[in-house]
Amino acid sequence: MIPGPFSYHRPATVADAIKLLSDLGDDARPLAGGHSLVPMMKLRLATPEHLIDLHGIDGLKGIRRDGANIVIGAMTTQHDLLASSEIAGSLPILHETALLIADPQVRYRGTLGGNVANGDPGNDMPALMLTLGASYRLEGASGVRDIAASEFYQGAYFTALEPGEILTSILIPVPAAGHGHAYEKLKRKVGDYATAAAAVMLTKANGKVATCAIGLTNLSETPLSADAAAKLVIGTSLDDATLKNAAAAASAIMSPAADARGPVEYRKHVGGIMVMRALQRAFAKAA
Amino acid sequence: MNDMTPTREQREAKLEGMGCKRKRVEDIRFTQGRGNYVDDVKLPGMLHGDFVRSPHAHARVKSINSEEALKVPGVLAVITAETLKTVNLAWMPTLAGDVQMVLADGKVLFQNQEVAFVVATDRYAADDGINKVVVEYEALPPLMDPFKAMDPDAPVLREDLAGKTSGAHGPRKHHNHIFEWVVGDKDLTDAAFRNAEVSIKEMISYHRTHPSPLETCQCVCSFDKIKGELSIWGTFQAPHVIRTVVALIAKIPEHKIHVIAPDIGGGFGNKVGAYPGYICAAVASIVTGKPVKWVEDRIENLTATSFARDYHMTTEIAATKEGKVTGLRVHVLADHGAFDACADPSKWPAGFFNIVTGSYDFPTAHLSVDGVYTNKAPGGVAYRCSFRVTEAAYCIERGMDILAQKLGMDPAELRLKNFIKAEQFPYHSALGWEYDSGDYHTAMRKMMEAVDYAGLRKEQVEKRAAFKRGETREIMGLGVSFFTEIVGAGPSKNCDILGIAMFDSCEIRMHPTGAGIARVGSKSQGQGHETTWAQIIATEIGIPADDIMVEEGNTDTAPYGLGTYGSRSTPVAGAAIAMAARKIKAKAQMIAAYKLEVHEGDLEWDIDGFRVKGLPEKSMSMKDICWAAYNSVAPGMEPGLEAVSYYDPPNMTYPFGAYICVMNIDVDTGVYKVRRFYALDDCGTRINPMIIEGQVHGGLTEAFAIAMGQEIRYDDEGNVVTGSFMDFFIPTAVETPHWETDFTVTPSPHHPIGAKGVGESPNVGGVPAFSNAVNDAFSFLGSTHIQMPHDFWRNWRAAKNLGVFAA
Repeated sequence: MIPGPFSYHRPATVADAIKLLSDLGDDARPLAGGHSLVPMMKLRLATPEHLIDLHGIDGLKGIRRDGANIVIGAMTTQHDLLASSEIAGSLPILHETALLIADPQVRYRGTLGGNVANGDPGNDMPALMLTLGASYRLEGASGVRDIAASEFYQGAYFTALEPGEILTSILIPVPAAGHGHAYEKLKRKVGDYATAAAAVMLTKANGKVATCAIGLTNLSETPLSADAAAKLVIGTSLDDATLKNAAAAASAIMSPAADARGPVEYRKHVGGIMVMRALQRAFAKAA
Repeated sequence: MNDMTPTREQREAKLEGMGCKRKRVEDIRFTQGRGNYVDDVKLPGMLHGDFVRSPHAHARVKSINSEEALKVPGVLAVITAETLKTVNLAWMPTLAGDVQMVLADGKVLFQNQEVAFVVATDRYAADDGINKVVVEYEALPPLMDPFKAMDPDAPVLREDLAGKTSGAHGPRKHHNHIFEWVVGDKDLTDAAFRNAEVSIKEMISYHRTHPSPLETCQCVCSFDKIKGELSIWGTFQAPHVIRTVVALIAKIPEHKIHVIAPDIGGGFGNKVGAYPGYICAAVASIVTGKPVKWVEDRIENLTATSFARDYHMTTEIAATKEGKVTGLRVHVLADHGAFDACADPSKWPAGFFNIVTGSYDFPTAHLSVDGVYTNKAPGGVAYRCSFRVTEAAYCIERGMDILAQKLGMDPAELRLKNFIKAEQFPYHSALGWEYDSGDYHTAMRKMMEAVDYAGLRKEQVEKRAAFKRGETREIMGLGVSFFTEIVGAGPSKNCDILGIAMFDSCEIRMHPTGAGIARVGSKSQGQGHETTWAQIIATEIGIPADDIMVEEGNTDTAPYGLGTYGSRSTPVAGAAIAMAARKIKAKAQMIAAYKLEVHEGDLEWDIDGFRVKGLPEKSMSMKDICWAAYNSVAPGMEPGLEAVSYYDPPNMTYPFGAYICVMNIDVDTGVYKVRRFYALDDCGTRINPMIIEGQVHGGLTEAFAIAMGQEIRYDDEGNVVTGSFMDFFIPTAVETPHWETDFTVTPSPHHPIGAKGVGESPNVGGVPAFSNAVNDAFSFLGSTHIQMPHDFWRNWRAAKNLGVFAA
């Protein structure tokens, strides 16, 4: 539980951070909340020689409305999200999900950018970002680019981030007024990763589902967008048969690992249950 | 008399003696971050040691190369078994009569076994050094399943025992066999089963888990070469025993060893044994001439220092059709891991497991226990229970529920029918114990009334019908548990540790101004001894508890004691305290008689002093007697007011309790919800009701954790898969149910103040209550027994196996 030696850097601007990253190469790692990286370092499973702490960069924090989008700085903490009236008003599912991440101590330090950029399949925010149609701004030595969350995740801890790039902000289109939402997360205890979790965003028209998006957490090496399942519920009022079909369609794309949370069969089974429950709750909430 | 004279009630209240909900005096420092724990001990020039550990569960160690490690800046030494052999310490004796490697000697026998000890100027350098030690292993097939340990072709784990056909507890049947322990009457029990109208048989496992105290095991050893003295600060539940063990194995005279157990952050049995870290830190200090600190991290604590349980209990009960039990037969397969390092009194290889007849009047019983070696961490400590009592209580309480199910009887009714009756005490159990006291029927009925047991059963019937109609996916279980503990080890006639009788002790010194200090052989790890011990003395000698300082843990000042575990402090040390206080009081009476110019027999005790019988205005307070003890005792009497008592208990004490858990389980996810948990405890005389309630809350929370998910689990290759708090279940306040506590009082007839001990009761009684609730919930679907732990996925699996998801 004792990390190896490393050098600590605290740049004041994004440009400085990028320069450090490109100069130091593979031996450097950016540090956001540190909830994933620091424990890995203590176990010496990660041994970066240089840590580039992003906390000194003012421009990376904050939540702002930009037309039809909400833009959230990468270093905005889960606690900041919970304290924001903008989030509570326009993106209540983000508020709901942030509350299900660990405990207050973790949320004071843990950042949205770190959560989505790390590529950990256990993190809750990536699946939610898929569901919300979010995109990420990546900045590196060769410039700035935006990438859809749906294009970002390639495998466990593998993302579209190129060496030397930093994820600087998250852009989320503001959902339609009157939408229904739910994030259903089954976990063993406070602080645990999801055994299975499902995010649902939907709208209603004439008492039936008009649009729907479903995201799945920790049920594969990457967050999943359960498109087929979402398509199945459109035009229905979520009768029992439809719910079961949607759960089955979602389960069909799940490939969780067996771990202490349960065997594969269980995790897929409860993944389906989470989808059903999230659909029902979102449907009940939608205007 | 003027109006200012305090009333009797006021005088009594001022003492804050027994029965008072006195606030814990130690919490003043604990809640302000001013405790003094081992890791707070920082000595000049202190070095830090840490272990190279084995990644393999079973392997031959071909070579250890320390060359590169010694080049790391700050690394001073790398100690291996070869180093330890020069001082004859490569192996150490265990409390159970086995020997254990201190550092890997030719072989490793469990994952994370200690292989080498790197000593450096700071913890970082030590860990850098660990990463540079090169160990060459040759992997051997691991033996992980205790049921295969005695197969003819099972791998030989303990090559050091080759050719030894008997061990510390008799003959060995196989190269991986440790002992067989047999108690009871086989012929009579066999006959009971032959004649039984009804019988049950079930293999009930109590899985491997770990006490996991908040503070891990740690020590600082400092050897003074000039004086030849060794000082050890450590997380020791039994500091005097550690001193004796060190004297015996390190050949340092016992008076030159100073063991100090400062504040301890929880023990739960984990801090009873001796671990390689202690030996290595001591040897490193002797070698380097500098103090050496060793502090375990969480993963090391969970994977290498003493596990608990791992008992596989084949349980049979014989009964009449009417539900009267006629015989009990239990065979235990005990998985002890790589070395038998159980922390039990020496003569008891399976602890007090023979309390397994529980609270019931079994005419006959027969018990056998086979201990085996596997490639798992050694240990077998009493995790918040008296030695193997929680296993025994789980065994019989599950067994009684299974019998009730077979008979079609209510489990509470079956228990009421078979309880030992109040008039049967003192009761001699079929497996050899003398239960001192009890009133089980009263406790059980009080519990049933408090929760409206009949109403809950009615609700369950309705809920089951609704489930079968498809109207709900929730099932409901009632977990009844009635336990009898056996604590307070123990009488010298049957309890010793390495030959030292399990007495305990107290020394009280009263100062001239009426304040005093009590030094006790027990050692609090959070139990609140500084508060409760003073309360016993306050009531006994009439000095306010606030005026008594309690000190424990320093072997230079405290009288020899056997420490705190197995709920033994109140039954044994608590008795020593009362007896020492009575010696003080006896001398005080002589002093008062002299000062009041009467015969001793003319005096009577009155709350906080003596008064002359029939002349209440002629009296002398204890405070004034203390002063007199130092200036005007009778001619020929020694001045001063001190007493020492060593208490050898005449019997164990037998706390008991009636618990019930009401639980709902969602069959679709396996998620449970504890709706209600009611715990009635009878621990005899209650010294501090607030502390008792806190003890019960803590023990129930640990019981909840164990029953509902906490486990040390290995994969087939011998890797620990629950080696951190990510997967080892420690409930937070969010998961922890609300506890309702209640009590009856049946004082122990042989204990000076009638107290029995309570710390471990809630763990002993809690685990079967939770497990019975889960099993009761599923029973109507056709299940008889589902093994613990009952975490979500296993509950789902149980539902699935019972056909709940069939189309």
